[in-house]
Amino acid sequence: MLQNIAIGQYVPGHSFLHRADPRSKLLFIILFATLVFLANNALTYAVLIAFTLYAGLLSRLSLGYILKSLKPVWILIVFTIVLHIFMTKGGTVYFQWGWFTVEERGVQQAIFISFRLGLLVIISSLLTLTTSPIDLTEGLERLLGPFARIGVPVHDIALMMSIAIRFIPTLMEETDKIIKAQTARGANFTSGSLIKRAQNLIPIAIPLFVSAFRRAEDLALAMEARGYRGGVGRTRLHKLAFSWRDAGMAVAGVLLAITIGWWRA
Amino acid sequence: MNEESLLALQDVSYSYDGENGSHVLVLKDVDLTIQKGSFVSVLGHNGSGKSTMAKLMNALLLPEGGRVLVAGMDTAKGEMVWEIRRHVGMVFQNPDNQIVGATVEDDVAFGLENMGVDPEQMRQRIDEALASVGMEAYLLAQPHRLSGGQKQRVAIAGIMAMRPSVIILDEATAMLDPQGRQEVLQLVKTLNRDEGITIINITHFPDEAIYSDRVVVMNAGEVLMEGTPEEVFNQVERLKKVGLDVPFAVRIRHVLASKGIDLPFVLHQEELVEHVCRLLLTR
Ligand SMILES: Nc1ncnc2c1ncn2[C@@H]1O[C@H](COP(=O)(O)OP(=O)(O)OP(=O)(O)O)[C@@H](O)[C@H]1O
Ligand SMILES: [Mg+2]
Repeated sequence: MLQNIAIGQYVPGHSFLHRADPRSKLLFIILFATLVFLANNALTYAVLIAFTLYAGLLSRLSLGYILKSLKPVWILIVFTIVLHIFMTKGGTVYFQWGWFTVEERGVQQAIFISFRLGLLVIISSLLTLTTSPIDLTEGLERLLGPFARIGVPVHDIALMMSIAIRFIPTLMEETDKIIKAQTARGANFTSGSLIKRAQNLIPIAIPLFVSAFRRAEDLALAMEARGYRGGVGRTRLHKLAFSWRDAGMAVAGVLLAITIGWWRA
Repeated sequence: MNEESLLALQDVSYSYDGENGSHVLVLKDVDLTIQKGSFVSVLGHNGSGKSTMAKLMNALLLPEGGRVLVAGMDTAKGEMVWEIRRHVGMVFQNPDNQIVGATVEDDVAFGLENMGVDPEQMRQRIDEALASVGMEAYLLAQPHRLSGGQKQRVAIAGIMAMRPSVIILDEATAMLDPQGRQEVLQLVKTLNRDEGITIINITHFPDEAIYSDRVVVMNAGEVLMEGTPEEVFNQVERLKKVGLDVPFAVRIRHVLASKGIDLPFVLHQEELVEHVCRLLLTR
């Protein structure tokens, strides 16, 4: 039932994007998101769309697979489109029926905003599709490293994230087992009113929590036994290293920023 | 303390704080020496203090009375604690709850990262450690896809990478199927024989103890017996009195003896079979 869920969406590979440093990818996304919000005419959107398609090619993943990442947000996109078409007024009136009109500005905004959302989702899925959760945590830890000096427990946060990643499949399996065990005792998780179903989750949640706490205790002991003593003096197996790819991304980022700045209305 | 003893508990006592502020004494004046390169099995009832003793051996707990010495280092002296934990690795019962890394290599690296080993050297030590447990093909595997026996082997690799002198298995085979149990036992036997790693195997299965050099029997926080497997398992009645079982071959011999059939003392099932067959032929 639950065992097929992959951790994150990572698809292993050796493409340009797979090999780029997670830090550059994270920084690039911040830049890209800013640019998406700065774009405000057809030309700038066209540039961003073209760029995203190119980035998609660089990931060597199939376009269909990348577009699948839009699935969880399509309702949001449709909702935005509808809202803008019907509510935003201005420019030529395309259609009128009583008090109800569809106008030029509305259509334009609908298109822009839906592309804005779509682009943000696709570019961030390109990150999670091409970066393993471990590399991602590692990248975050390094990027946030400077904040450790002002007392942010960066190392601990990163360790917590990587342990969470490690235990997701284990807890999934466990949930599966508990559901089966409770079903065998006559619990019903698939029918009844919404409230009833929510109540039925309690006999799943409680054993899961109890076991998660036991695991946490065991794990803490095991970590201590293996000489864990916090982030100080610790080395890391994965060394992050910038390469020509990251330089390429930096250049692309600068060019993209200049282009958008120049062509936006 | 002589040169060959690697681990020594000298009059060690330990107590946990009970619910209502009371002290519950779980180890009472335990005296025990573990020789370098030996394979020691620890048997004992639930709650007899086996795990507590194990935790005292790598400074996860500190003794209340007496001393614990690891390669001459006193665990109570704080500054040596990391060196002691590098020397004494521990494998726990639940295979899932001791794997920290999201992949096998990350998990094996964990101890090395804690020690501050530099990344280049780490690679080499991870490869060596995985090879020593026969898991080199699983370098990038996710732990939850492994069998219980494989997970325990990864846990052992994580310890081996730290170049330990002792590995303590605290009921490390208890949650495994018979095949996984065999896998892990075979592995620690090999590490003991070929790499000279001292093994302390805490177990509920007396049959696991027949291959060891020494057997320690714990009862109610005390060392009840200590000796070679022959010496310990020969005292069937005494073991029974504290609710402990003996290896299969010893039990069968004991039953036969009570029926008036005397066989020489054996630990291994195959030997017993041989003796029984010989008896049948010569009768
Ligand atoms: N953290 C703790 N706090 C309080 N009491 C504890 C704690 N850990 C163990 N004990 C008690 O100490 C005694 C010895 O426990 P220990 O875990 O060492 O036994 P054991 O021989 O390993 O048993 P088992 O075979 O069940 O693993 C038990 O009576 C137990 O209830
Ligand atoms: Mg125990």
